Amino acid sequence: MARLLAILRPLLVLLVLLLAWQAFVWVSAIQPFLLPGPLAVLETLVARWPSLLRHAGVTLSEILLGLACGLLLGSASALALSAVAPLRRWLLPVLVVSQAVPVFALAPLLVLWFGYGLWSKVAMATLIIYFPVTAAFYDGLRRSDPGWLDLARSMDAGRWRTFRHVRIPAALPAFFSGLRVATAVAPIGAVVGEWVGSSAGLGHLMLNANARMQVDLVFAALFVLAMIAVSLYFAVDRLGRRLTAWQPEG
Amino acid sequence: MSAPAPGVAPATGSAPDAPEVRVEQAHLAFDGVLLFDQLSLTLPAGRTSCLLGPSGVGKSSLVRLIAGLAHGAEGRVLDGAGRDLAGRVAYMAQRDLLLPWLSVLDNVLLGDRLRGHPPRRERARALLEAVGLAERADALPAALSGGMRQRTALARTLMEDKPVVLMDEPFSALDAITRFELQETAAGLLAGRTVLLITHDPLEALRLGHEIRVLAGRPALLGAAIEPAGLPPRDPATPGLLELQVELLRRLTAARAA
Repeated sequence: MARLLAILRPLLVLLVLLLAWQAFVWVSAIQPFLLPGPLAVLETLVARWPSLLRHAGVTLSEILLGLACGLLLGSASALALSAVAPLRRWLLPVLVVSQAVPVFALAPLLVLWFGYGLWSKVAMATLIIYFPVTAAFYDGLRRSDPGWLDLARSMDAGRWRTFRHVRIPAALPAFFSGLRVATAVAPIGAVVGEWVGSSAGLGHLMLNANARMQVDLVFAALFVLAMIAVSLYFAVDRLGRRLTAWQPEG
Repeated sequence: MSAPAPGVAPATGSAPDAPEVRVEQAHLAFDGVLLFDQLSLTLPAGRTSCLLGPSGVGKSSLVRLIAGLAHGAEGRVLDGAGRDLAGRVAYMAQRDLLLPWLSVLDNVLLGDRLRGHPPRRERARALLEAVGLAERADALPAALSGGMRQRTALARTLMEDKPVVLMDEPFSALDAITRFELQETAAGLLAGRTVLLITHDPLEALRLGHEIRVLAGRPALLGAAIEPAGLPPRDPATPGLLELQVELLRRLTAARAA
Protein backbone atom coordinates (compact mmCIF):
# COMPACT_ATOMS: atom_id res chain seq x y z
CA MET A 1 0.00 0.00 0.00
CA ALA A 2 2.74 2.44 1.02
CA ARG A 3 4.73 1.43 -2.06
CA LEU A 4 1.76 2.01 -4.32
CA LEU A 5 1.23 5.44 -2.80
CA ALA A 6 4.91 6.26 -3.28
CA ILE A 7 4.52 5.61 -7.01
CA LEU A 8 1.10 7.25 -7.29
CA ARG A 9 2.00 10.47 -5.49
CA PRO A 10 4.45 11.90 -8.07
CA LEU A 11 2.13 10.81 -10.90
CA LEU A 12 -0.73 12.65 -9.26
CA VAL A 13 1.38 15.79 -8.85
CA LEU A 14 2.38 15.53 -12.51
CA LEU A 15 -1.26 15.20 -13.56
CA VAL A 16 -2.25 18.27 -11.53
CA LEU A 17 0.60 20.27 -13.10
CA LEU A 18 -0.48 19.21 -16.60
CA LEU A 19 -4.08 20.20 -15.84
CA ALA A 20 -2.91 23.57 -14.56
CA TRP A 21 -0.85 24.04 -17.72
CA GLN A 22 -3.83 23.20 -19.95
CA ALA A 23 -6.11 25.45 -17.90
CA PHE A 24 -3.64 28.32 -18.21
CA VAL A 25 -3.48 27.87 -22.00
CA TRP A 26 -7.30 27.85 -22.23
CA VAL A 27 -7.90 30.80 -19.90
CA SER A 28 -5.10 33.05 -21.17
CA ALA A 29 -5.71 32.15 -24.85
CA ILE A 30 -1.93 32.40 -25.33
CA GLN A 31 -0.66 31.94 -28.91
CA PRO A 32 0.18 28.25 -29.54
CA PHE A 33 3.53 29.19 -31.11
CA LEU A 34 4.53 30.67 -27.73
CA LEU A 35 3.10 28.00 -25.44
CA PRO A 36 1.07 25.06 -26.70
CA GLY A 37 -1.07 23.15 -24.21
CA PRO A 38 -0.23 19.59 -23.21
CA LEU A 39 -3.01 18.25 -25.42
CA ALA A 40 -1.47 19.94 -28.47
CA VAL A 41 1.92 18.53 -27.51
CA LEU A 42 0.40 15.07 -27.22
CA GLU A 43 -1.09 15.44 -30.67
CA THR A 44 2.30 16.36 -32.13
CA LEU A 45 3.91 13.53 -30.20
CA VAL A 46 1.60 11.04 -31.87
CA ALA A 47 1.73 12.63 -35.31
CA ARG A 48 5.54 12.95 -35.40
CA TRP A 49 6.27 9.71 -33.51
CA PRO A 50 8.37 7.96 -36.24
CA SER A 51 10.58 11.02 -36.68
CA LEU A 52 10.88 11.55 -32.93
CA LEU A 53 11.82 7.92 -32.48
CA ARG A 54 14.54 8.14 -35.13
CA HIS A 55 16.11 11.23 -33.52
CA ALA A 56 15.73 9.73 -30.06
CA GLY A 57 17.66 6.68 -31.27
CA VAL A 58 20.56 8.92 -32.28
CA THR A 59 20.60 10.77 -28.96
CA LEU A 60 20.25 7.56 -26.97
CA SER A 61 23.22 6.02 -28.83
CA GLU A 62 25.27 9.10 -28.02
CA ILE A 63 24.34 8.89 -24.35
CA LEU A 64 24.95 5.13 -24.08
CA LEU A 65 28.26 5.23 -25.95
CA GLY A 66 29.31 8.23 -23.82
CA LEU A 67 28.32 6.34 -20.67
CA ALA A 68 30.28 3.28 -21.74
CA CYS A 69 33.42 5.26 -22.65
CA GLY A 70 33.18 7.53 -19.59
CA LEU A 71 32.66 4.56 -17.27
CA LEU A 72 35.53 2.60 -18.75
CA LEU A 73 37.98 5.49 -18.74
CA GLY A 74 36.80 6.76 -15.35
CA SER A 75 37.03 3.37 -13.64
CA ALA A 76 40.43 2.68 -15.19
CA SER A 77 41.71 6.09 -14.05
CA ALA A 78 40.38 5.59 -10.52
CA LEU A 79 42.00 2.15 -10.29
CA ALA A 80 45.29 3.40 -11.70
CA LEU A 81 45.32 6.38 -9.36
CA SER A 82 44.72 4.27 -6.27
CA ALA A 83 47.19 1.55 -7.32
CA VAL A 84 50.13 3.65 -8.50
CA ALA A 85 51.44 6.22 -6.03
CA PRO A 86 53.53 8.31 -8.49
CA LEU A 87 50.53 8.61 -10.80
CA ARG A 88 48.54 9.89 -7.85
CA ARG A 89 51.17 12.48 -6.95
CA TRP A 90 51.45 13.80 -10.51
CA LEU A 91 47.93 13.56 -11.87
CA LEU A 92 45.54 13.93 -8.95
CA PRO A 93 46.04 17.70 -8.49
CA VAL A 94 45.54 18.21 -12.24
CA LEU A 95 42.43 16.06 -12.16
CA VAL A 96 40.96 17.99 -9.23
CA VAL A 97 41.57 21.35 -10.91
CA SER A 98 40.34 20.17 -14.30
CA GLN A 99 36.95 19.41 -12.74
CA ALA A 100 36.45 23.16 -12.47
CA VAL A 101 36.62 23.50 -16.29
CA PRO A 102 33.06 23.93 -17.60
CA VAL A 103 33.03 20.99 -19.97
CA PHE A 104 29.98 22.31 -21.87
CA ALA A 105 32.12 25.22 -23.03
CA LEU A 106 34.26 22.71 -24.91
CA ALA A 107 31.36 21.65 -27.14
CA PRO A 108 32.30 23.87 -30.13
CA LEU A 109 35.87 22.55 -30.03
CA LEU A 110 34.68 18.95 -29.88
CA VAL A 111 32.45 19.51 -32.91
CA LEU A 112 35.44 21.04 -34.69
CA TRP A 113 37.62 18.03 -33.87
CA PHE A 114 35.17 15.15 -34.13
CA GLY A 115 32.78 16.53 -36.76
CA TYR A 116 29.02 16.96 -36.92
CA GLY A 117 28.30 13.27 -36.51
CA LEU A 118 27.85 10.97 -33.53
CA TRP A 119 31.37 11.11 -32.15
CA SER A 120 31.56 14.74 -31.07
CA LYS A 121 28.50 14.12 -28.86
CA VAL A 122 29.93 10.86 -27.56
CA ALA A 123 33.12 12.74 -26.69
CA MET A 124 31.07 15.40 -24.91
CA ALA A 125 29.09 12.86 -22.88
CA THR A 126 32.30 10.91 -22.13
CA LEU A 127 34.01 14.00 -20.75
CA ILE A 128 31.01 14.85 -18.61
CA ILE A 129 30.72 11.33 -17.23
CA TYR A 130 34.43 10.80 -16.75
CA PHE A 131 34.93 13.23 -13.87
CA PRO A 132 32.16 12.26 -11.45
CA VAL A 133 32.89 8.55 -12.00
CA THR A 134 36.65 8.94 -11.52
CA ALA A 135 36.30 11.19 -8.49
CA ALA A 136 33.67 9.08 -6.73
CA PHE A 137 35.26 5.71 -7.48
CA TYR A 138 38.75 6.88 -6.54
CA ASP A 139 37.40 8.29 -3.30
CA GLY A 140 35.70 4.98 -2.54
CA LEU A 141 38.90 3.04 -3.26
CA ARG A 142 40.95 5.42 -1.12
CA ARG A 143 38.68 4.90 1.87
CA SER A 144 39.16 1.13 2.14
CA ASP A 145 38.94 0.19 5.79
CA PRO A 146 42.59 -0.14 6.95
CA GLY A 147 41.50 -3.09 9.09
CA TRP A 148 40.38 -4.96 5.97
CA LEU A 149 43.66 -4.21 4.25
CA ASP A 150 45.59 -5.49 7.29
CA LEU A 151 43.49 -8.63 7.26
CA ALA A 152 44.17 -9.15 3.55
CA ARG A 153 47.89 -8.64 4.15
CA SER A 154 47.93 -11.13 6.99
CA MET A 155 46.32 -13.59 4.56
CA ASP A 156 49.22 -13.18 2.09
CA ALA A 157 46.89 -11.56 -0.44
CA GLY A 158 48.30 -10.19 -3.65
CA ARG A 159 47.69 -6.57 -4.58
CA TRP A 160 45.34 -7.27 -7.45
CA ARG A 161 43.35 -9.84 -5.48
CA THR A 162 42.99 -7.37 -2.63
CA PHE A 163 41.57 -4.92 -5.16
CA ARG A 164 39.26 -7.50 -6.63
CA HIS A 165 37.90 -9.04 -3.43
CA VAL A 166 38.10 -6.19 -0.94
CA ARG A 167 38.74 -2.70 -2.28
CA ILE A 168 36.56 -2.67 -5.40
CA PRO A 169 33.46 -4.20 -3.77
CA ALA A 170 33.91 -1.84 -0.83
CA ALA A 171 34.04 1.12 -3.23
CA LEU A 172 30.91 0.12 -5.17
CA PRO A 173 28.52 2.36 -3.21
CA ALA A 174 30.76 5.37 -3.91
CA PHE A 175 31.11 4.28 -7.54
CA PHE A 176 27.35 4.16 -7.97
CA SER A 177 26.79 7.56 -6.39
CA GLY A 178 29.22 8.91 -9.01
CA LEU A 179 27.49 6.95 -11.75
CA ARG A 180 24.08 8.28 -10.70
CA VAL A 181 25.36 11.86 -11.07
CA ALA A 182 26.95 10.94 -14.41
CA THR A 183 23.74 9.38 -15.72
CA ALA A 184 21.79 12.48 -14.80
CA VAL A 185 24.16 14.81 -16.71
CA ALA A 186 24.97 12.57 -19.69
CA PRO A 187 21.79 13.49 -21.66
CA ILE A 188 22.60 17.18 -21.12
CA GLY A 189 26.03 16.59 -22.64
CA ALA A 190 24.61 14.87 -25.70
CA VAL A 191 21.95 17.54 -26.30
CA VAL A 192 24.35 20.47 -25.82
CA GLY A 193 26.65 18.77 -28.33
CA GLU A 194 23.76 18.50 -30.76
CA TRP A 195 22.87 22.15 -30.31
CA VAL A 196 26.36 23.23 -31.25
CA GLY A 197 26.39 21.27 -34.47
CA SER A 198 24.64 18.15 -35.69
CA SER A 199 22.52 16.63 -38.40
CA ALA A 200 20.35 14.40 -36.24
CA GLY A 201 19.25 13.80 -32.66
CA LEU A 202 16.63 15.26 -30.32
CA GLY A 203 18.72 18.39 -29.74
CA HIS A 204 18.98 18.92 -33.48
CA LEU A 205 15.23 18.41 -33.84
CA MET A 206 14.49 20.87 -31.00
CA LEU A 207 16.73 23.55 -32.45
CA ASN A 208 15.18 23.24 -35.90
CA ALA A 209 11.63 23.19 -34.55
CA ASN A 210 12.39 26.21 -32.39
CA ALA A 211 13.63 28.17 -35.38
CA ARG A 212 10.38 27.35 -37.22
CA MET A 213 8.25 28.29 -34.21
CA GLN A 214 7.05 24.66 -33.90
CA VAL A 215 7.04 24.90 -30.13
CA ASP A 216 4.72 21.89 -29.83
CA LEU A 217 7.44 19.79 -31.49
CA VAL A 218 10.07 21.27 -29.13
CA PHE A 219 7.97 20.13 -26.20
CA ALA A 220 7.38 16.72 -27.73
CA ALA A 221 11.15 16.24 -28.21
CA LEU A 222 11.76 17.51 -24.68
CA PHE A 223 9.27 14.96 -23.39
CA VAL A 224 11.02 12.09 -25.16
CA LEU A 225 14.38 13.31 -23.86
CA ALA A 226 13.02 13.48 -20.32
CA MET A 227 11.69 9.92 -20.64
CA ILE A 228 15.13 8.70 -21.76
CA ALA A 229 16.88 10.51 -18.91
CA VAL A 230 14.45 9.32 -16.25
CA SER A 231 14.51 5.70 -17.46
CA LEU A 232 18.31 5.65 -17.55
CA TYR A 233 18.53 7.14 -14.09
CA PHE A 234 16.15 4.63 -12.59
CA ALA A 235 17.84 1.72 -14.35
CA VAL A 236 21.22 2.76 -12.92
CA ASP A 237 19.70 3.42 -9.52
CA ARG A 238 18.12 -0.04 -9.45
CA LEU A 239 21.29 -1.75 -10.56
CA GLY A 240 23.23 0.15 -7.88
CA ARG A 241 20.78 -0.83 -5.17
CA ARG A 242 20.91 -4.45 -6.21
CA LEU A 243 24.71 -4.60 -6.26
CA THR A 244 25.12 -2.76 -2.96
CA ALA A 245 22.19 -4.29 -1.13
CA TRP A 246 24.55 -5.23 1.70
CA GLN A 247 25.03 -1.60 2.53
CA PRO A 248 22.91 -0.33 5.45
CA GLU A 249 20.32 2.15 4.19
CA GLY A 250 21.70 5.61 4.87
CA MET B 1 29.15 -23.72 23.16
CA SER B 2 31.43 -26.54 24.11
CA ALA B 3 34.54 -28.09 22.66
CA PRO B 4 34.29 -28.89 18.93
CA ALA B 5 32.24 -31.86 17.86
CA PRO B 6 34.42 -34.98 17.41
CA GLY B 7 33.56 -35.18 13.70
CA VAL B 8 35.37 -31.98 12.82
CA ALA B 9 38.65 -32.84 14.45
CA PRO B 10 40.47 -33.57 11.15
CA ALA B 11 39.59 -30.14 9.82
CA THR B 12 40.28 -28.18 12.95
CA GLY B 13 42.86 -30.23 14.81
CA SER B 14 46.13 -28.93 16.15
CA ALA B 15 48.48 -27.36 13.65
CA PRO B 16 51.67 -29.25 12.92
CA ASP B 17 54.99 -27.84 14.06
CA ALA B 18 53.75 -24.90 16.08
CA PRO B 19 57.00 -22.97 16.53
CA GLU B 20 58.33 -20.99 19.41
CA VAL B 21 58.14 -17.27 18.60
CA ARG B 22 60.89 -14.91 19.69
CA VAL B 23 60.56 -11.14 19.49
CA GLU B 24 63.90 -9.40 19.94
CA GLN B 25 64.86 -5.78 20.34
CA ALA B 26 61.39 -4.51 19.70
CA HIS B 27 61.26 -0.75 19.56
CA LEU B 28 58.32 1.61 19.34
CA ALA B 29 58.25 5.39 19.51
CA PHE B 30 55.09 7.34 18.84
CA ASP B 31 55.04 11.12 18.45
CA GLY B 32 58.48 11.31 20.03
CA VAL B 33 57.42 9.28 23.09
CA LEU B 34 59.31 6.03 23.61
CA LEU B 35 56.70 3.33 24.29
CA PHE B 36 59.14 0.44 24.50
CA ASP B 37 62.74 -0.24 23.60
CA GLN B 38 64.96 -3.34 23.56
CA LEU B 39 61.90 -5.38 24.45
CA SER B 40 62.13 -9.15 24.17
CA LEU B 41 59.30 -11.63 24.34
CA THR B 42 59.22 -15.38 23.84
CA LEU B 43 56.01 -17.25 23.10
CA PRO B 44 56.44 -20.91 24.01
CA ALA B 45 55.69 -23.36 21.19
CA GLY B 46 52.15 -24.73 21.01
CA ARG B 47 50.96 -22.74 24.00
CA THR B 48 48.73 -19.78 24.62
CA SER B 49 50.39 -16.69 26.06
CA CYS B 50 48.20 -13.88 27.30
CA LEU B 51 49.38 -10.30 27.40
CA LEU B 52 47.71 -7.79 29.69
CA GLY B 53 48.49 -4.14 30.15
CA PRO B 54 47.02 -0.66 30.35
CA SER B 55 45.70 0.86 27.12
CA GLY B 56 48.24 2.74 25.06
CA VAL B 57 51.17 0.69 26.34
CA GLY B 58 51.84 -0.70 22.86
CA LYS B 59 50.26 -4.18 23.02
CA SER B 60 48.55 -3.87 19.66
CA SER B 61 51.73 -2.53 18.06
CA LEU B 62 53.59 -5.55 19.36
CA VAL B 63 51.01 -7.87 17.80
CA ARG B 64 51.23 -5.99 14.51
CA LEU B 65 55.00 -6.36 14.59
CA ILE B 66 54.69 -10.12 14.94
CA ALA B 67 51.98 -10.21 12.25
CA GLY B 68 54.32 -8.40 9.87
CA LEU B 69 51.92 -5.48 9.36
CA ALA B 70 53.09 -1.97 8.60
CA HIS B 71 52.77 0.95 11.02
CA GLY B 72 53.73 -1.26 13.93
CA ALA B 73 56.82 -1.43 16.02
CA GLU B 74 60.31 -2.27 14.75
CA GLY B 75 62.16 -5.36 15.84
CA ARG B 76 63.16 -8.89 14.92
CA VAL B 77 60.62 -11.69 14.92
CA LEU B 78 61.93 -15.22 14.53
CA ASP B 79 60.92 -18.76 15.34
CA GLY B 80 62.84 -20.94 17.77
CA ALA B 81 65.27 -22.02 15.03
CA GLY B 82 66.00 -18.43 14.04
CA ARG B 83 63.92 -18.50 10.86
CA ASP B 84 61.52 -15.91 9.56
CA LEU B 85 57.86 -16.35 10.54
CA ALA B 86 56.36 -15.06 7.29
CA GLY B 87 53.40 -17.09 6.08
CA ARG B 88 52.92 -18.90 9.38
CA VAL B 89 50.87 -16.29 11.24
CA ALA B 90 47.10 -15.73 11.40
CA TYR B 91 45.76 -12.50 12.84
CA MET B 92 42.44 -11.76 14.49
CA ALA B 93 41.63 -8.18 15.43
CA GLN B 94 39.28 -6.69 17.99
CA ARG B 95 36.84 -5.77 15.23
CA ASP B 96 35.48 -8.78 13.35
CA LEU B 97 36.40 -7.16 9.99
CA LEU B 98 33.77 -9.22 8.17
CA LEU B 99 33.13 -8.04 4.62
CA PRO B 100 29.47 -6.97 4.65
CA TRP B 101 28.80 -8.05 1.05
CA LEU B 102 29.93 -11.64 1.61
CA SER B 103 27.94 -14.37 3.32
CA VAL B 104 29.27 -15.95 6.50
CA LEU B 105 30.64 -18.87 4.46
CA ASP B 106 32.31 -16.61 1.90
CA ASN B 107 33.85 -14.54 4.67
CA VAL B 108 35.40 -17.68 6.09
CA LEU B 109 36.66 -18.50 2.59
CA LEU B 110 38.18 -15.03 2.11
CA GLY B 111 41.77 -16.17 2.65
CA ASP B 112 41.52 -18.82 -0.08
CA ARG B 113 40.08 -16.28 -2.50
CA LEU B 114 42.74 -13.69 -1.66
CA ARG B 115 45.49 -16.22 -2.30
CA GLY B 116 43.84 -17.41 -5.51
CA HIS B 117 43.37 -20.95 -4.21
CA PRO B 118 40.26 -23.02 -4.84
CA PRO B 119 37.89 -22.36 -1.92
CA ARG B 120 37.91 -25.19 0.62
CA ARG B 121 34.16 -25.22 1.28
CA GLU B 122 34.10 -28.51 3.21
CA ARG B 123 36.63 -27.26 5.70
CA ALA B 124 34.89 -23.89 6.01
CA ARG B 125 31.59 -25.62 6.75
CA ALA B 126 33.24 -27.88 9.32
CA LEU B 127 34.71 -24.83 11.06
CA LEU B 128 31.36 -23.03 11.02
CA GLU B 129 29.89 -26.17 12.57
CA ALA B 130 32.60 -26.06 15.22
CA VAL B 131 31.80 -22.47 16.16
CA GLY B 132 28.06 -23.23 16.10
CA LEU B 133 27.16 -21.28 12.97
CA ALA B 134 26.44 -24.10 10.49
CA GLU B 135 22.86 -22.90 10.00
CA ARG B 136 23.86 -19.31 9.31
CA ALA B 137 26.40 -20.04 6.58
CA ASP B 138 24.42 -18.14 3.95
CA ALA B 139 23.49 -15.15 6.12
CA LEU B 140 25.05 -11.75 5.58
CA PRO B 141 27.05 -10.34 8.52
CA ALA B 142 24.50 -7.56 9.08
CA ALA B 143 21.96 -10.22 10.08
CA LEU B 144 24.19 -11.59 12.85
CA SER B 145 24.60 -10.68 16.51
CA GLY B 146 27.95 -9.40 17.75
CA GLY B 147 28.80 -12.81 19.19
CA MET B 148 27.97 -14.59 15.92
CA ARG B 149 30.05 -12.12 13.95
CA GLN B 150 33.05 -12.70 16.19
CA ARG B 151 32.55 -16.45 15.90
CA THR B 152 32.63 -16.08 12.13
CA ALA B 153 35.87 -14.14 12.49
CA LEU B 154 37.24 -16.94 14.66
CA ALA B 155 36.30 -19.52 12.00
CA ARG B 156 37.97 -17.33 9.37
CA THR B 157 41.13 -17.13 11.50
CA LEU B 158 41.21 -20.90 11.97
CA MET B 159 40.58 -21.40 8.26
CA GLU B 160 44.06 -20.01 7.74
CA ASP B 161 45.39 -23.05 9.58
CA LYS B 162 48.53 -21.21 10.64
CA PRO B 163 50.66 -22.59 13.49
CA VAL B 164 50.89 -19.13 15.06
CA VAL B 165 47.70 -17.21 15.90
CA LEU B 166 47.69 -13.61 17.13
CA MET B 167 44.52 -12.28 18.72
CA ASP B 168 44.12 -8.65 19.65
CA GLU B 169 41.30 -8.37 22.20
CA PRO B 170 39.08 -10.59 20.07
CA PHE B 171 36.27 -10.93 22.59
CA SER B 172 36.33 -7.55 24.30
CA ALA B 173 33.24 -6.16 22.55
CA LEU B 174 31.03 -9.08 23.63
CA ASP B 175 28.72 -9.42 26.59
CA ALA B 176 29.91 -11.56 29.51
CA ILE B 177 27.98 -14.73 28.68
CA THR B 178 28.81 -14.70 24.96
CA ARG B 179 32.45 -14.02 25.79
CA PHE B 180 32.52 -16.91 28.24
CA GLU B 181 31.12 -19.33 25.63
CA LEU B 182 33.40 -18.11 22.89
CA GLN B 183 36.50 -18.39 25.10
CA GLU B 184 35.74 -22.06 25.57
CA THR B 185 35.22 -22.63 21.83
CA ALA B 186 38.39 -20.75 20.99
CA ALA B 187 40.48 -22.64 23.54
CA GLY B 188 39.37 -25.96 22.08
CA LEU B 189 40.02 -24.96 18.49
CA LEU B 190 43.33 -23.21 19.12
CA ALA B 191 44.87 -26.02 21.17
CA GLY B 192 48.32 -26.98 19.92
CA ARG B 193 49.08 -23.66 18.21
CA THR B 194 51.36 -20.94 19.43
CA VAL B 195 48.88 -18.25 20.43
CA LEU B 196 49.36 -14.70 21.62
CA LEU B 197 46.16 -13.33 23.08
CA ILE B 198 45.94 -9.67 24.02
CA THR B 199 43.23 -8.95 26.53
CA HIS B 200 42.26 -6.41 29.15
CA ASP B 201 40.31 -8.96 31.12
CA PRO B 202 42.36 -10.75 33.83
CA LEU B 203 39.79 -13.55 34.10
CA GLU B 204 39.96 -14.18 30.35
CA ALA B 205 43.75 -14.40 30.56
CA LEU B 206 43.52 -16.82 33.47
CA ARG B 207 41.01 -19.02 31.67
CA LEU B 208 42.88 -19.21 28.37
CA GLY B 209 46.59 -18.65 29.01
CA HIS B 210 49.26 -21.25 29.70
CA GLU B 211 51.20 -18.22 30.79
CA ILE B 212 50.24 -14.65 31.46
CA ARG B 213 52.37 -11.54 31.26
CA VAL B 214 51.78 -7.90 32.05
CA LEU B 215 53.27 -5.19 29.86
CA ALA B 216 53.50 -1.89 31.76
CA GLY B 217 55.53 1.27 32.29
CA ARG B 218 57.01 3.86 29.96
CA PRO B 219 59.11 2.64 28.30
CA ALA B 220 57.18 -0.55 28.89
CA LEU B 221 58.68 -3.66 30.46
CA LEU B 222 57.36 -7.20 30.58
CA GLY B 223 56.60 -8.63 34.00
CA ALA B 224 57.51 -12.18 35.00
CA ALA B 225 55.20 -14.83 33.55
CA ILE B 226 52.39 -16.13 35.71
CA GLU B 227 51.65 -19.79 35.04
CA PRO B 228 48.37 -20.88 36.58
CA ALA B 229 47.98 -24.54 37.46
CA GLY B 230 45.96 -26.82 35.18
CA LEU B 231 45.21 -26.61 31.47
CA PRO B 232 43.09 -24.05 29.63
CA PRO B 233 40.22 -23.51 29.29
CA ARG B 234 40.14 -23.32 33.08
CA ASP B 235 36.93 -23.25 35.04
CA PRO B 236 36.64 -19.89 36.81
CA ALA B 237 35.97 -21.89 39.99
CA THR B 238 39.43 -23.51 39.83
CA PRO B 239 41.10 -23.13 43.25
CA GLY B 240 43.72 -20.41 43.21
CA LEU B 241 42.35 -18.64 40.15
CA LEU B 242 40.64 -15.95 42.18
CA GLU B 243 43.86 -15.16 44.07
CA LEU B 244 45.72 -14.88 40.77
CA GLN B 245 43.03 -12.59 39.43
CA VAL B 246 43.49 -10.34 42.46
CA GLU B 247 47.24 -10.42 41.90
CA LEU B 248 46.83 -9.45 38.23
CA LEU B 249 44.43 -6.64 39.08
CA ARG B 250 46.96 -5.39 41.64
CA ARG B 251 49.73 -5.37 39.02
CA LEU B 252 47.54 -3.62 36.46
CA THR B 253 46.44 -0.99 38.95
CA ALA B 254 50.04 -0.38 39.96
CA ALA B 255 50.94 -0.10 36.28
CA ARG B 256 48.33 2.55 35.70
CA ALA B 257 49.34 4.53 38.80
CA ALA B 258 52.99 4.55 37.70
